[in-house]
Amino acid sequence: MEQKHKEHSVLAEAFNNNEPRVNWHDETLWWVRQKRDKMAWTLPEWEELREAASQIKHNVLGNLHDYLLAFEKNAIANGAVVHWAADAAEHNRIVLQLLQQQGVKRIVKSKSMLTEECHLNPYLAEHGIEVVDTDLGERIVQLAKEPPSHIVLPCIHKKKEEIGDLFHEHLGTPAGNADPKFLTAAARLHLRKEFIQSRVAITGVNFAVAETGEMVVCTNEGNADMGAHLADVHIACMGIEKIIPERKHLGVFLRLLARSATGQPITTYSSHFRKPKAGQQVHIVLVDNGRSRQLGREDFRNSLKCIRCGACMNTCPVYRRSGGHSYHNAIAGPIGSILAPNLDMKDYADLPFASTLCGSCSNVCPVKIDIHQQLYKWRQVLTKEGHTKKTKAAGMHAMNIVLSKPGLYKTAGGVGRWVMRTFPAVVNNGMNPWYKQREMPEAPKQSFADWYKKNRQ
Amino acid sequence: MSREAILAAIKKNQPATQVLPDLAGFSHAGPGDPEAFRKVVEALGGQVFEITSFDEIQPLVAEHYTDVSKVVTINPAYFAGAATQWQEGDGRQLEHVDLAIIPGQFGVAENGAIWVTESEIEVRVLPFITQHLAIVINKDKILPTMHDAYAYIGAPTTGFGAFIAGPSKTADIEQSLVLGAHGAKSLTVFMIG
Amino acid sequence: MKVGLFIPCYIDQFYPQVGIATLSLLEKLGCEVVYPQGQTCCGQPMANSGFEHLTAGCNELFVDHFQGFDYIVAPSGSCVLHIKDHLHVDHKEVAATHIRQRIYELSEFLTDVLKVENLPARFPHKVGIHQSCHGQRGLGLSQMSELVAAPFSKPQQLLQMVEGLELIDLKRTDECCGFGGTFCVFEEAVSVKMGKDRIADHVNNGAEYITGNDVSCLMHLEGILRRQHSHIKVLHIAEILNAGIN
Repeated sequence: MEQKHKEHSVLAEAFNNNEPRVNWHDETLWWVRQKRDKMAWTLPEWEELREAASQIKHNVLGNLHDYLLAFEKNAIANGAVVHWAADAAEHNRIVLQLLQQQGVKRIVKSKSMLTEECHLNPYLAEHGIEVVDTDLGERIVQLAKEPPSHIVLPCIHKKKEEIGDLFHEHLGTPAGNADPKFLTAAARLHLRKEFIQSRVAITGVNFAVAETGEMVVCTNEGNADMGAHLADVHIACMGIEKIIPERKHLGVFLRLLARSATGQPITTYSSHFRKPKAGQQVHIVLVDNGRSRQLGREDFRNSLKCIRCGACMNTCPVYRRSGGHSYHNAIAGPIGSILAPNLDMKDYADLPFASTLCGSCSNVCPVKIDIHQQLYKWRQVLTKEGHTKKTKAAGMHAMNIVLSKPGLYKTAGGVGRWVMRTFPAVVNNGMNPWYKQREMPEAPKQSFADWYKKNRQ
Repeated sequence: MSREAILAAIKKNQPATQVLPDLAGFSHAGPGDPEAFRKVVEALGGQVFEITSFDEIQPLVAEHYTDVSKVVTINPAYFAGAATQWQEGDGRQLEHVDLAIIPGQFGVAENGAIWVTESEIEVRVLPFITQHLAIVINKDKILPTMHDAYAYIGAPTTGFGAFIAGPSKTADIEQSLVLGAHGAKSLTVFMIG
Repeated sequence: MKVGLFIPCYIDQFYPQVGIATLSLLEKLGCEVVYPQGQTCCGQPMANSGFEHLTAGCNELFVDHFQGFDYIVAPSGSCVLHIKDHLHVDHKEVAATHIRQRIYELSEFLTDVLKVENLPARFPHKVGIHQSCHGQRGLGLSQMSELVAAPFSKPQQLLQMVEGLELIDLKRTDECCGFGGTFCVFEEAVSVKMGKDRIADHVNNGAEYITGNDVSCLMHLEGILRRQHSHIKVLHIAEILNAGIN
């Protein structure tokens, strides 16, 4: 099996070479999880809200065709231009064409995981257009020439000292200054210039309302609004699953989103873009990129309910200890691991296995996606499709043979325990990943079955 | 071309429809608690002043802001001597506004959010580009939750509207909360009643 | 009441004392317990690795061994959950369904079926509970920290009946230990780190023993503890509940 990327386990092992840093990463994200818990507990109706959100999204999946048409009709009536992109390449071409029509070489973009999924920035760079990411965290990773490691907290893997160094190099801040307040102020000044100069702004979309044709964009920083309101052309890029039926449903989602994401009662700004401002063009790019295919996979379609809050990452004990980059996908963590195989089974065959199936992700999910159950189901699909290492498959077949034959199981168990007692080095060696940092269990002389035979039969 | 292909694929693959949930149980009949609203705004890093007349705004601004020289306001009654004709332009003319004082339609007790629309702010970028933001709302216009908020708003009538909850902020650097990311560095709410 | 005792493969092979404690506890509580010889495994190691389609042999063996009991009880939340969720045999589906509906993890069998209200056990030590995920989030043995819902814990309810036992509080009440089946070898680095962190929480809160409902998690934690030359020991909950009963 050839893969474009190193596998999760390899990247995670490298991440674990620096244990204090793993501890810091884990503690930081656990703190966010705790803030989420605290906020959830302020609403006695929390679990009912999650259920309502899940049901609304289920209704969306069942009516997506009609809702998209309604959204398109209303958005056009509002004065927007609606584009449809079948895949990432078409999305990128549409955006490029719009930018070329404007003759711009440098634009601002607020957070959009969709444009990360489509690799828009490198594509536009190849065509001579520079994108300035304006979310502070995204700007930081952009300066570091890295992808975001978390969908809500893009530079959660970076220490402030590293950010201070980046800002020193790129923004000319004094060397050695790593004060978050100072660095944020420096970024504010730097990006204000970009906002003022930029004639085109790209934003993502959190919710698109079929009933009104409006788009809701949520930020804490205000970067989407600074970009979109100052630009002559606002390009909003969204996956087709971002549709919700009616305006009143925003009440449910805006109550859940920020509480789940960061433990805030709501984001600072929840902006409802309906009509272009006077003289402005608004373009909405509706992107499929595998979503209609996922819609047809009964076991996995619920993944399209995701509202990108990142709660499953913050709670995931594996994500916290392996870092977002170990998932080698625009969307990391548990949700990324059930979305990615839909895009490319071969490339992302490792991700559904990067989990202990503990189930915490499904419990924090504000739209109740059965994430850990989908991880299990993807494992079955990927194995059947042949995306499993030959050695692993051989091991599993051998295990099956032993466990399906009681006599063989008894003999193998007895022999195995005898070997472990008599020649411990056979198992206690570098070839055995268990033994690397753990002792093997002590092998008793008799199994329970032996004992039972002697004492009860 | 892609439009038809995408729509056809969706139509083929979408599951059987399921009814929408009834949200009535989440709504409240009565008004929201102004005190709860104030606490949340403060927790978000904003400050709230209860006033009985617009005349109190100007002295409070003088008392609490040290770095404000250019003030714009929607309602001249809020602040005497504010800039005029600031509406003219594409928004960039507001780059050096220190304080914008705008009306808000209502506040939400559960999260400190205030609903403002294009019809009040006139220039969309104003509440974001200003260094400091002040919003004036009526004390009897506090609603309990977001469900009540959307019931109150009803169908949209303007091209743009936003819930604003506290000052602009970020925690992107090591989760340290810093107020004043790209939008207003501070938020003051004048609750009149 | 005729109880079929299911002792999962790795307990049978490496932790027979857990099987013995489970059997003896159930017998002392008045159950007629039978251990069907020839049983092997629930099939979970293969299924969780993506090879559920290979588990037909295990499933059929399981149905053959455990049909005809009033209840099936096992000292492992994880294996019980797997059976509950995945045991199917085409030509023996009636028996398989009966088993899926009648299989219990030991603690829930004690609290929900036997409705045990007191145990003459004695274990004068500080004990930390490791909530194994499949038992907790899968079988609902305890409330989950992610949900806004009233707390409860079946294992804790039982351990509180043990004389002299002091339960310690943890900073993270229900974080996964990182065992995760074959995850423990295929993702060795993260698995061990998760285990070390769980152990540190118990150490920092003064545990002398770590107990739980799943030997698999405990085996993983024990492997790390022994490598660390720690004085802290792991015991399956059956061993504690059975302690000092004569």
